[in-house]
Amino acid sequence: MKKQFVIAIRVSNRFGVLTRVSAMFSRRGFNIDSLTVSPTETDGVSRITITMQGDDYSRNQMIKQLSKLNEVLEICEMKSESSVIREMALVKIRCNSNTRQDIITIANVFRANIVDYGIDSMIIIVTGESSKLDAFIKLVKPFEILEMCRTGAVSLERGEACLRDKDMEYINSLKNNCE
Amino acid sequence: MMKLTGAQIIVEGLIDQGCDIVFGYPGGQVLNIYDELYKNSDRITHVLTAHEQGAAHAADGYARATGKVGVVIATSGPGATNLVTGIATAYLDSTPMVAITGNVPVDLIGRDSFQEVDIMGITIPITKHNYIVKDIKNLGPTIREAFEIAKSGRPGPVLIDVPKDVQIASCEWIPEGPSAKRPLITVKESDVEKAVKMINDSQRPYIYCGGGVVIAEASDELVALSEKIDAPVGCSMMGLSAIPTNHKNALGMQGMHGLFASSKSLAGADLVIACGVRFSDRATGNKSKFAKGAKIIHIDIEPGEIDKNIEVQLGMVGDIKDALSRILSLVQSKQHPQWRNQIEEYKQKTASIDVTPENMRPYSVIDVINKYITPQTLIATDVGQHQMWAAQRCNFSKPRTFISSGGLGTMGFGLGAAIGASFGTGQKVVLITGDGSFGMNLNELATAVSTGTPVIIVIMNNGVLGMVRQWQTLFYNKHYSNTVLDRKTDFVKLAKAFGADGYRAETVADFEKSFKSAFESGKPTVIDCIIDKDEFVLPMTPPGGSIDDIIVRKNEINMN
Repeated sequence: MKKQFVIAIRVSNRFGVLTRVSAMFSRRGFNIDSLTVSPTETDGVSRITITMQGDDYSRNQMIKQLSKLNEVLEICEMKSESSVIREMALVKIRCNSNTRQDIITIANVFRANIVDYGIDSMIIIVTGESSKLDAFIKLVKPFEILEMCRTGAVSLERGEACLRDKDMEYINSLKNNCE
Repeated sequence: MMKLTGAQIIVEGLIDQGCDIVFGYPGGQVLNIYDELYKNSDRITHVLTAHEQGAAHAADGYARATGKVGVVIATSGPGATNLVTGIATAYLDSTPMVAITGNVPVDLIGRDSFQEVDIMGITIPITKHNYIVKDIKNLGPTIREAFEIAKSGRPGPVLIDVPKDVQIASCEWIPEGPSAKRPLITVKESDVEKAVKMINDSQRPYIYCGGGVVIAEASDELVALSEKIDAPVGCSMMGLSAIPTNHKNALGMQGMHGLFASSKSLAGADLVIACGVRFSDRATGNKSKFAKGAKIIHIDIEPGEIDKNIEVQLGMVGDIKDALSRILSLVQSKQHPQWRNQIEEYKQKTASIDVTPENMRPYSVIDVINKYITPQTLIATDVGQHQMWAAQRCNFSKPRTFISSGGLGTMGFGLGAAIGASFGTGQKVVLITGDGSFGMNLNELATAVSTGTPVIIVIMNNGVLGMVRQWQTLFYNKHYSNTVLDRKTDFVKLAKAFGADGYRAETVADFEKSFKSAFESGKPTVIDCIIDKDEFVLPMTPPGGSIDDIIVRKNEINMN
């Protein structure tokens, strides 16, 4: 069964690491839905967050294959029930005196912020889970979206558990059918 | 502390790793490295090949035959891209190799300079790891890490690209001795217990042995296990040399062109103990029908191989040698007379073999080879029908004596690999090849002759691309599209032109005479064996088929 997964990876920040990670997906025939890279609490270490679709087989293969890369320090699936997963979107919407108030009302409901306010357009920044962003975009679409830009997911596990402390031994016993 | 140039660090670094031989081809961006090789020729041998691809295959063959890291050097641009097939071949068969390429100076990178290519980008999917060293300070540590990665765990090729200005710059460097292998992970005790129970409960066990057993040097443990639990051993092509061919439990190769007894026993087993295999499509056929009714234990050093191609009941990640010896000490001694009788029955059904001295059949050629080779003699092959005949029929006595491109199936692999394997072992190498494969890289005959490498090249010359032709016969209505070579090449004259000995054999008696004298002399020799263009490799399980579809004899083929 196809599902969406979020995979978080800590990598040594060396030349070509992003190419290696993304090349692994194309080489193994899996698709990346989104990808973000950012610095971490540790110098020289970056965190890559990838969302992908697939079944348990795809997820386990990707985790196992990515773990082989020399730069990969830790890798783990971020499960939605035990992680905070967020995305962000900037949406530029056409507006005029008739529509402006309606758009602001929608933004307020979504706890989104107006970051650019003009006579003919505004830019709204909205953050949240993927589904919240989808819902927001659906609501403002009738006002005409001039352009938009959306980030990939970032995520952290809830509680004090940290990816850097993850024992990678678990990869050796990943099974496709019994989780 | 000593200050060395980058080129000196490369050569000293290689020597520090215990490397005393490199294969390669010089060029503009590796001149400095070659200058150091010149100055250090008493400490490290450089074997000049005819083409960089041949050098890459030679380094690969050296590594397969010895288990040591093979090293190849090439210049930037075309020198580097000519390595690509060799690196991919090594990658697919998990061979430890370090490839060093020169590149244009750092400030010319990215400007499409003369002979500039992004070899690191090109080789990302076919190396275990790769580097471009842009800072001289990183060069020494990179060489150490490259050797460590190449030989640790599941081995593989590593490429280091070194721009010319980095070869010229200097930096402090001291020898530290060869990099240690990273410690191997060992299988979990609870998994060993599970495996032992599964084996004890089995009535019809079958051991499926792959190249990982050869790499892990676990042949003794594997053979001992097969004897203790009375289980037959079938091999993937890469695993063939892990068990002596004449061992009573050895069934030979399984898979698309596997022997009937091996494929049939696998299908009838209730337990498959798969060691160091990756369940390649060529070895398994139709995956949904693979070993139906059997539980599968899969032991491999790499977690990514477990459940990749075949879902197994018990996946054990760790060193095979350790895993097998632990299983061996706990498992019950067993006899399975009924299972054994069944297997003996399967063994009776073989492809019809018509071996007479007049009859120039592939198997009869190989039988002559078997008669003369010693347990140490290496057999190398190219890719195609001859490779399958060799895999089915050659006698192997020791691990690492069969040098063949399995995963990538690289035609043109054999001659370079044979030369490298001979350099690594000091042994004679018999290269069994076809007229198609040999034609791809026969330029390396020059290398064999100028280095005096004892390689005896047996060409199964049928004038066609036999394996493709076999498929065209079976599945493409005998449309022999571009597989009838009909070349006018005289391989005997060609051999002589290169300075090698050359013979033509039209009967088995001819062949025996030529082979005997070539094998005794140890001179580079080509023996052109004329065989029929419609010889088939049998048995054959058609692609995507199962044991029910296996064709053992030609008269079983329904040719419309």
